[in-house]
Amino acid sequence: MRDFLRSNKREASAFVVLAGLLSLYLWSHPIGPTTYVMTIWANQCLILALAAMAQFFAVIVRGIDLSVGAVMALTNCIASYMVIGSGIEMAFGVVVVIAAGIGCGLLNGLLVVYGRIQPIVATLATASLFVGLALLLRPTPGGQIDYDLADAMTLDVLGMPTALIMTAAIILLIWVPLRRTGLGLGLYAVGSSEQAAFQSGMPVAKIKLASFAMGGFFAGLAGLYFSFVTTTGDAGIGPNFTLNSIAAVVLGGVALRGGIGTLTGAIAGAFILKTIGALMFFSGLPPLAQPFIEGLILAGAIAIGGADILRIKNRLEAFGR
Amino acid sequence: MPKSEKAIVRLCGVSKTYGATKALTDVDFACFGGEIHAILGENGAGKSTLMKLVSGVIQPTAGCIEIDGSETQLAGPAAAISRGLICMFQELSLVPDLTVRENLMLGAPGTSLGRLDGNIVARAQDILAKIDGAEIRMKTRVYDLSLAERQQVEIAKALSRNPRLLILDEATSALNASVVQKVFHLIRAERDRGVGVLFISHRFHEIEALADSISIFRNGTHVETFDNGAYDYGAIISKMVGQRIDDLFPPKREPDPNAAEVLSLDGFGWEDTLHDVSIVLRKGQITGLGGLDGQGQGDVLQGLFGLLKGTRGQCIMGGEPVSIRHPKMAKSPALSIALIPEDRKTEGLILDQSIARNLELAALGMNTIDATDPAIYQPFLDALELKCDSLDQPVSQLSGGNQQKVALTKWLALGPRCMLLADPTRGIDVKTKTQIYALLRRLADSGVAILLLSTDYEELIHLCDETHIFYNGRITRQLAGANITAENIIAASLNIPSKEPATRGSVHA
Repeated sequence: MRDFLRSNKREASAFVVLAGLLSLYLWSHPIGPTTYVMTIWANQCLILALAAMAQFFAVIVRGIDLSVGAVMALTNCIASYMVIGSGIEMAFGVVVVIAAGIGCGLLNGLLVVYGRIQPIVATLATASLFVGLALLLRPTPGGQIDYDLADAMTLDVLGMPTALIMTAAIILLIWVPLRRTGLGLGLYAVGSSEQAAFQSGMPVAKIKLASFAMGGFFAGLAGLYFSFVTTTGDAGIGPNFTLNSIAAVVLGGVALRGGIGTLTGAIAGAFILKTIGALMFFSGLPPLAQPFIEGLILAGAIAIGGADILRIKNRLEAFGR
Repeated sequence: MPKSEKAIVRLCGVSKTYGATKALTDVDFACFGGEIHAILGENGAGKSTLMKLVSGVIQPTAGCIEIDGSETQLAGPAAAISRGLICMFQELSLVPDLTVRENLMLGAPGTSLGRLDGNIVARAQDILAKIDGAEIRMKTRVYDLSLAERQQVEIAKALSRNPRLLILDEATSALNASVVQKVFHLIRAERDRGVGVLFISHRFHEIEALADSISIFRNGTHVETFDNGAYDYGAIISKMVGQRIDDLFPPKREPDPNAAEVLSLDGFGWEDTLHDVSIVLRKGQITGLGGLDGQGQGDVLQGLFGLLKGTRGQCIMGGEPVSIRHPKMAKSPALSIALIPEDRKTEGLILDQSIARNLELAALGMNTIDATDPAIYQPFLDALELKCDSLDQPVSQLSGGNQQKVALTKWLALGPRCMLLADPTRGIDVKTKTQIYALLRRLADSGVAILLLSTDYEELIHLCDETHIFYNGRITRQLAGANITAENIIAASLNIPSKEPATRGSVHA
């Protein structure tokens, strides 16, 4: 247990903070802890959580993905054309949306691994590409998502918000099994020390490609879920989500230098960020001051995470971090 | 099981070059099952390159590698591991952010990206228990382990993978004697069941205790392979030494033992890596720091230049104790110390900037000099004969030797009283070397105290008036005058007591 807490102290503290914030939110909300309030909250959180998962897979292998929001915008626009009609048509539409997300992630991965372009530059370029495509599809917001499907995904099952059930399902069905494979371990190894991973006989290029593809998968899911919540397509949603996804992984204890952090941590970070936003909405703070407070909280969290640098004994090592 | 007839791995005419540097030249070499084969050689003799070739980390520039008699391309470490060639690397191959358990499973044969194999952990734990590593907890992050514990995990990781050829590169450097004995016991057991072992160590007595046969490498060539016991220490060392070049170096002056002290260190130490170092730098003297890589010599230079926090002991300059806490203090006119760092490409120069800009860097912010005045650099550039099109050329376009001239000049312009140099001639052509040697001697004659860290013992012999040899964070021997010989330096570097009583007296010279 001690070892577990020691090596997961960042995630553990993220969950403690989240529990506190959530209690505060439900207590301060004018309506109180009803299923309705929980559902609205969970839906907003899940959109950002999916974006944060996409970001997580880039960051964990020592990359960063500036195209998360752009992939969301593109997949959102595709969904606004295709996730409607008969059951089969909708199912096909969902598959196309997710495949588009994976395709975008794979393109990022190919540029980074074989193009040898730094992730920040590669994804900056592809982000413009993806938004451009989204704008071609939907010059102005519009289109429609099947209401019944959207309701099924964004309401509740027996009082439990569907969004929370899906969050749990992702952790249990995707993350937990992945951690028991060489691929899951390889993500961390590559992010922590690419050389050690290589010398241990791991296929470094494949692991990076797979990681970016998984990032694309989750960005596609984020775009799809955004479609369920808003039921329209909008090419302009990207920038906000990209930056917030980075903030969320950092808050959730994922190290931007790679190799440290968990998917559950990234999810917790996204939930925290959204809850802070929701809290301030009801706090009576002037809306214009809210970005400032959010920024303070984020800066504080990052400063605590970087406190290790004070322990360095050789000044030159401070530059290598 | 006796030594097998057929080689597990055979290198035929293998060469490896990095740009203009030859790491290995036309090497024929073979290792067999059921045999412990030790590799001996100086720094840069090509031992590590050999290991990396056999373990698939790098590929030969020329020649071929045969495995079990047939020519094979080892595309990467994965290919080597799947053929049973398991290497334990000197630069540890453990991932710091993963737990011990996860590291043991990472890249295990048959796993790759698929389901992790928990059985290998149990096997590794058995091995750990046999080498005093039972208390290492599987859920601890490797980052939180000591260096010795990491080596134990490395050994367990390598042995748990059922090697056919086990490659150990300085595998036991951080382990204490009783653990080393247990590791050796395991290695002998592996040999007895037919596994081949390639063993690099700088501890002579370990090689004597363990090896069946010994190969000597020198300057990237395979000198000789013989059975352990065929030669004594002296003969082995002289095979490692090779020939010398004399006219490279300027003539030494008669040292003046009463020359004024510029700087002296008393009981200097830092963390666990450096203990009780006492050195006196005198006016006009070149003092050498020698020893194998990473024995603490580098930390002395970094500590003197204010790069290390929490150093122990005393540093005395001009008769007064000083505390140097930052490079800015070190270079201030009051102390006037300069450091030419080991890696000129990352620490010494900004490669993308022009020569002129790089030259200004050290003098910037000093009130006493005008950094932008080219006249303060010109005499040194002339003395060193810098070859460039113009001073506006980016440093990256210069050859290694000319880059080093820029790195030297930027500090010389400050007129330092004490110069610290970390291997200033590594990877540099012979002509530039002689120019740098001549300059250092001239500086010394003009009264600058010089502390020269070198991995090339020729420099310690022919350039230095006095040499301190480091081993394991301590000075093991201090050599001066005629006692600075290749044999003495190597013996001290490997921490073998010298046999001649005449040289032993020089310890306190």
